[in-house]
Amino acid sequence: MREVNAKQIKEKVKELFLTANFHIGEDVLNAIKEASVKENSETGKNVLNMILDNYKIAANEVLAICQDTGLAILFIKLGQEVHINGNWEEAINEGVKEAYVEGYLRKSSVTDPVFDRKNTKTNCPAIIYTDIVPGDKIEFLVTPKGFGSENMSRLAMMKPADGSEGIVNFIVETVKIAGPNPCPPTIIGVCVGGTTDQASVMAKKATLRKVGEHNPDPRYSDMERQALEKINNLGIGPAGLGGNTTSLWVNIDYKPTHIAGMPVAVNVCCHAARHASGVI
Amino acid sequence: MEKVKNIKTPLSDKLIQNLKAGENVTISGYIYTGRDAAHKRLIDLLKEGKKLPIEINGQIIYYVGPAPTPPGYKCGSAGPTTSYRMDPYTPTLLDLGLKGMIGKGLRSKEVIESMKKNGAVYFAAIGGVAAVIAKSIKSSEVVAYEDLGPEAIHKYYVEDFPVIVCIDAKGNNLYESEPPKYKKK
Amino acid sequence: MKEVKLNTPLKEEDVRDLKVGDVVYISGYICTSRDMGHLKMKEVIENGEKLPVDLTGGVIFHAGPVVKKKDSGFELRVIGPTTSIRMEPHSDFIGNLGVKMIVGKGGMDEGTSKALQKYGMTYLQAPPGCAVVLGEKVEQIENVFWMELGVPEALWVLKVKEFGPLVVGMDSTGNSIYRDIKVNGKKLIEKMF
Repeated sequence: MREVNAKQIKEKVKELFLTANFHIGEDVLNAIKEASVKENSETGKNVLNMILDNYKIAANEVLAICQDTGLAILFIKLGQEVHINGNWEEAINEGVKEAYVEGYLRKSSVTDPVFDRKNTKTNCPAIIYTDIVPGDKIEFLVTPKGFGSENMSRLAMMKPADGSEGIVNFIVETVKIAGPNPCPPTIIGVCVGGTTDQASVMAKKATLRKVGEHNPDPRYSDMERQALEKINNLGIGPAGLGGNTTSLWVNIDYKPTHIAGMPVAVNVCCHAARHASGVI
Repeated sequence: MEKVKNIKTPLSDKLIQNLKAGENVTISGYIYTGRDAAHKRLIDLLKEGKKLPIEINGQIIYYVGPAPTPPGYKCGSAGPTTSYRMDPYTPTLLDLGLKGMIGKGLRSKEVIESMKKNGAVYFAAIGGVAAVIAKSIKSSEVVAYEDLGPEAIHKYYVEDFPVIVCIDAKGNNLYESEPPKYKKK
Repeated sequence: MKEVKLNTPLKEEDVRDLKVGDVVYISGYICTSRDMGHLKMKEVIENGEKLPVDLTGGVIFHAGPVVKKKDSGFELRVIGPTTSIRMEPHSDFIGNLGVKMIVGKGGMDEGTSKALQKYGMTYLQAPPGCAVVLGEKVEQIENVFWMELGVPEALWVLKVKEFGPLVVGMDSTGNSIYRDIKVNGKKLIEKMF
């Protein structure tokens, strides 16, 4: 048994949410740089260059990349040899609260979503997905998810007969309907299979995969390529003001599913695709 | 890149009519902020026949919920929020003399018709370049609804706030005119 | 509305006589087929081969049974209908094979209605969620083909006695209770909003 204190968990969570909100990942940065060279539209190029400027200012001056510092989501792999001293959920939420207060990050969480919609003032509760795995480490993957893009995400319970063509069309249609709203160029995460809940969660996780890396299964990477090409042919462009860079990447994951179904969840992420990972 | 025109608030009707969709401009002067909750409160007050906490006539509203202000800065990161959520409230404010809106994303047919009728402009600020925009905000004070936190109405003094004229007072709409130019089969 | 007992192979005049709301009991042989099963049938026909079963006058049941393996073959435990709309793309193909009845649940769409009229078929709804009761009407499993598709998706040939009650949901004159419900529902929604 390896002992881990609640305080260590709190500190790690805090560190990761601060990192994610101020420093964009190398893969996203490089993708935007590449796009700014390839982009045909003048306005599009200007937008991409402004985005690159913004990353620099955010990192150097410790200002949030985007004011929508999102809801705090964590994907955690908890080693089964780990014993936690203290309250797991409380530690994580304390870490989020401290990051958002000390980091001057916006608190965007409201209590009951229909009636009061009162700001919780802590950006909690965090949304926590924990897998219990062999070993004695705790691996964290955190992402602050903004809602301009989250609001454009969709789920379809497709028929097996709809096939890969149906899936690609659904992905492209999702991006088309979203238009400028999710702050293109976007990163699209997709999960095919599972159940409504599993597909949605795994689609969110798919947005965190490295930009530029395909699914190792060639049938799925083919769908990724097709979807990305069709999306960029839509002409929506950076900030939706026209251009050939509407999405930077499409990541498709898949899970075993029921014989009667083919759930397809599409999670849209804006160009400020912020995430950070770390291990205790 | 073309020389960028700087426009000062309050915007005159003549200036508004001359702004064309697609123009890159920078805005200097005072603007108000407001998003979902603040808009709802304003409209509720109007329905009750009560006075509004801010002057609407001749003003610009920026749809934003900024991050808290770090020490040494006048404002935290402050990029635009998605405008369509304010569409239900906008025609009423345009009828009261609202002259400009800054946000991002599509607007409804009703909003665009009201803009044409009332002579107003919709500017797009670029989503996600929140740190860049923060630096153009030179002063910030909460003027209403402090309890709403980031959704409060602020009065900003901005200098060279970069925006694009997205929908002009004649109804020309960049979101409609530009993407088809880059569309491929 | 009438109650009818029919034997397979079905004759077109028996089927053309049936109207939406009629209750039917089938004796003889029925074949199960669902998503992958339909695609397999198409693949076989497209390759110029013959299906392992002659479906002339036959019944296709949208279902995948629960079976128990025995020394000699399989024993059926329970069987119930799956959602038919997933098989909508294949109705004309099925009609062309000579099938006279499609049994499932939830109804099918206009493509199927056209095929029912063209080929003299009906669509019947088996009681959903009553897999035990329906299973009791299956006397034995006569044969199974395409087990490589998995138990639920294989082509099961079932010997049945008074299999039902099955309710005609779509008949060969173009009537469809599912369409009627949709149309009336739409009117109600328009009234409400």
